[in-house]
This record gives sequence, structure tokens and C-alpha cells, in this order.
Amino acid sequence: MNKLKRYLGVLWMIIGPAAIYYLIKTASEEIAKNPVINTKMQWIVFVVIFIPIAIGIMIFGWFALKGDYDHLPESSAEVED
Amino acid sequence: MILASSVGTLIEWYDFYIFGSLAPVIASQFFPKGNPTAALLSAFATFAAGFIVRPFGALVFGRLGDLIGRKYTFLLTLIIMGGSTFAIGLIPSFQKIGFAAPIIVLLLRLLQGLALGGEYGGAATYVAEHSPEHRRGYFTSWIQTTATLGLFLSLGIILLTRHNLDSDRAVSIAKFEDWGWRIPFLVSIILVAVSIYIRLKMKESPLFAKLKTEGKTSVNPLKESFAHKGNLKMVLLALFGATMGQGVVWYTGQFYAQSFIENACKVDFDQSRTILLWAILFATPFFVVFGKWSDKVGRKWIMLAGMALAIVSYRPLFSQLIKISDTDHKKEFITQKEISTKLKPIANTNNSIRTVTSARHFDGGIKLIEVKTDTLYADATKATIKPDIKTSKLLDKESYQWMIIIVFVMVLYVTMVYGPIAAFLVELFPTKIRYTSMSLPYHIGNGVFGGLTPFIALLLTSIHTDKLYGLWYPIIVGGVCLVIGTLYIRNRIDPDVNN
Repeated sequence: MNKLKRYLGVLWMIIGPAAIYYLIKTASEEIAKNPVINTKMQWIVFVVIFIPIAIGIMIFGWFALKGDYDHLPESSAEVED
Repeated sequence: MILASSVGTLIEWYDFYIFGSLAPVIASQFFPKGNPTAALLSAFATFAAGFIVRPFGALVFGRLGDLIGRKYTFLLTLIIMGGSTFAIGLIPSFQKIGFAAPIIVLLLRLLQGLALGGEYGGAATYVAEHSPEHRRGYFTSWIQTTATLGLFLSLGIILLTRHNLDSDRAVSIAKFEDWGWRIPFLVSIILVAVSIYIRLKMKESPLFAKLKTEGKTSVNPLKESFAHKGNLKMVLLALFGATMGQGVVWYTGQFYAQSFIENACKVDFDQSRTILLWAILFATPFFVVFGKWSDKVGRKWIMLAGMALAIVSYRPLFSQLIKISDTDHKKEFITQKEISTKLKPIANTNNSIRTVTSARHFDGGIKLIEVKTDTLYADATKATIKPDIKTSKLLDKESYQWMIIIVFVMVLYVTMVYGPIAAFLVELFPTKIRYTSMSLPYHIGNGVFGGLTPFIALLLTSIHTDKLYGLWYPIIVGGVCLVIGTLYIRNRIDPDVNN
């Protein structure tokens, strides 16, 4: 199971940049199709808010790849280190 | 203690949802069509408050809650939310004060988003830290009912106000759209006052009070939550393995289902809302059922089972909604067709506004109402280029009941993913940074991934002919979350969160 968790870390790391690419590509296409303020605003919000989240899933993937999720805390006390 | 915390949280959700539910009326009052600046402010009020500001509220108030305490922080969020909501009900329209009106609305909406971002984490943490061991899922599940009940309350008060301002239904609706929409906002102040009174009598969380006495509270909760690798990895796991999927299931089963019934199935305004109201009413007790059950079997598998069921059944369920309301393949009773025409003269011209209402009856009892509005020119050579046509379907009793059952099933999934999640999040983080750490993944999952569901689903549907295409958004997001949750999350119940 731990091996699978680590291998999948690569997938999560790829999802991040793939999502950013798809988001920016779709946003520019949709804004070009209908360049009104509503379209621009909603796509700018989507891009601004989803890029940090995409970076977050890349970090999650990196942690998974390094085996940081092999062992999860058994109790709250352990979370605190 | 549970009641005192839950009432305040319920009112905050109510305050937040009435703005969303009344968005078209608010737009007509404060954001006039055709004005680009107003359109910009309107779009910003819609997107920014719900999606950008909520996570910031989680950070700002989460930090405060971990520094000064849970009680005063969530008291503050309640005052900000209640004050902003009441103030929205008092703002003069765009016609009276010009651009000051939409700017004030926007600022107050931002304050609402900030306050909501701070409220939930505080209430869930507070209740969890008061809960007896092994009953944390049950106790916090009451807090989990508040978001859905807040939606229920907002829809209920709006419908009641809309139909009770005049004995004539049409006049009542017209009055509501003119000034009656302010009532649900103004009512909020009474609810908030009662809730503030109750909360003032509450004591600080015993776990936080103990930490404070011992001088063990966090000096910098933000740094400890997100710069400390051991904690950051749990924040990311909470987001990608639980709250992200929970958010899309929550919003698809309630908001998107109602919007789909109204806009894609073309069901009547009132019926589309009462269907959701009945479904919520029947499903709400299950938040407590699943919360309590999670104390016995763990939080993980209940949440993930809800997510899996949603992913597998969304397309068939939404497809059934289309089938039930379909009139294209039903026999029409042509002889029963009713047509009425009304003319309303336009002042200082010889032209009139013509409204033609036609009602068609179909096998099974569905009634299709079409209202066509155009200008009848005195000069016979002129005609309206594009008449305004509004279509709505009035469902028969059986179809209406079937729709309630389908939406009930979707809300049941919501109760599975949402009922145990507060206990799950509380048990993931230590007391001294709990408020900050659990608030952020919750508001990104629920506010961003969930809150954007209706918009993204609608966008996807608009670029494809398949009416169900928008469902791919919750299905894919939920699917990724399900895989991460299944593999990486541990199914534990932590009886001791006292650290």
C-alpha cells in the first residue's frame, strides 16, 4: 500500500501543472469568445484561486512521493510532534 | 451548549444564503443592466465574497480564535455577519444614491464572506472541545445540520415573504421585488440579537482555557499551521482527501439540483424551491444519524461511501429529473390549451406591452406555461425583433413527489459526507492551532470547490449540448478526492484531542 501511495504521488504532482495549463487555456479561449466584463471577471477569479490550489496538490504529491504519508498520526498528540 | 453554538452558526448560513437566493432581485436594485462598472461590481460581489474571501476569513478569524479564544472570536463573526446582513436591507437603491449603492453592497458582501470564513471553524471546534469522549461525531453533527438548515430557513422566509405581501399573488410578487426583498435581510437582526445574547452566556472552551492557563497557546498559529511540515501535510490531506469532495457533493445535491430543476427542467419557481425544502426537511435528521454512527465505525468510510454513491449515481439521478419533467414525449391535450392576452399601454406613446400567456396540458398532469412579452406597435409595419419568452412547468402531484425523492437521495449523500466531517477535522489537528488549521481546508473545499459547482457546471453545460455535461465537474473532483481519501486517510476515532 505504501508503494502505491508513493507512486501515485507522481500523478498528483502532474495533475497540478496540467490543471493550470488547462485552466489558462480555457480562460483565454472563453474570454476571447465573449470579452465582456462578467466573463473576464469570472475566469480571472477561477485562475487566481485555482493556481494556489494546483500548487497545493503538487506539494501533496511531493510529500506522498517522499513517503510522508506512509505513516499517519495515530492520535492528535502525535500530530503535534 | 450545542444549541447555543448551532443557532448562531445557522443564522450565519441563513444570512449568507439569502444574498445568493435573492441575487437577481439585488442585481436589479443595485447593479443596473448595461452599465459596465455596475456589471464589474456585480460579478465581483458574486464571485469574490463566496470564493476568495471565505478562506481569508478562515485565516483571519482562525488565527484570532487560536490566540484569544474560540468564544470571543465566533461572537465577533456573528456580530459582523448580522450587522452586514441588516445593513444590506437598508441600502437605498442605485436610482437614489447612484454608485454608492453597489459599492456599499459589495463591501458588506465581502464582510459576510469574511465572517462566514471565521464562524464554522470556531463553532465546530468549540462544540468538539466540549464533547465527551466517543461522542464527538454525534455532538458536532448538530453543527453540521446548520448549513443545510440555514439554506432551508432562507428559502422558506423568502417564499413566505414573496407570497404574503398582498392577497393577489402577482401583486405580492411585484411588491416583493420592489421592497419586500428587504424583509429577509432585516429579520436577520432579531435572530442575531437572540443568538448574541445566548453566546454571551457561554463559557470558553475548556481545552483552550486550559492551554491559556498553562501558557501553551500558539504564538503564531498561521506559521505553525502552514509552515510546519507535519501540520501542513495534514492540512493538504484534509483538503484533497475529504473537504474537496464533500464541497462538491454538498453543492451539487442542494444548490445545483435546485438550479437544474428550475433552469434545465424548467420547473416552476416555487415548485423548484419547495422540492428542495421537502428534501432537506426529510434528510436533515441523517446528519445526526451519520455523525453518531461515525463515533462507532469511524469517520472515513461513511464520508467516502457518500462520495462514491454520489459519483456513481449523479448522472442517472439528474437524467431522471429531466425525464420526469419532459413534455416533448408526452401526449398533449390540445383541446385544453388556454391562451390569454393582456395589453398595457406605454405612457406617452400609442404602443402597448403585450403579454400572451398560454397554458398547455399534458398526459400525466404536467402543465406547460409560456409567457411571451413583446411590444405591440401602433404602426403595423413595426414588430418586436426578439420577444421575451419565459417557460415554466407546473408538475402534477406524482412527478412532484418523485422529484422530492430524487433530491432527498442527493441530500442524503450530503449528510453522509458532511455529518462526520467536523469531528474528522477536529481530530486531525492539535488544540493550539485547531481553529486555524481546520478552517482553511474546510473553506477551500466547501467554499471554493463546492461554491463554484453551480457556475462551473453551468459553464460546462453551456459549451456542450448534453444537459448532464456539467456533472463531470463534481464527478471528477469527487473521484480524485475519493481515491486520495481511500488511500491516504486513516479511519481513526481519536478519543483524546486534549493536546
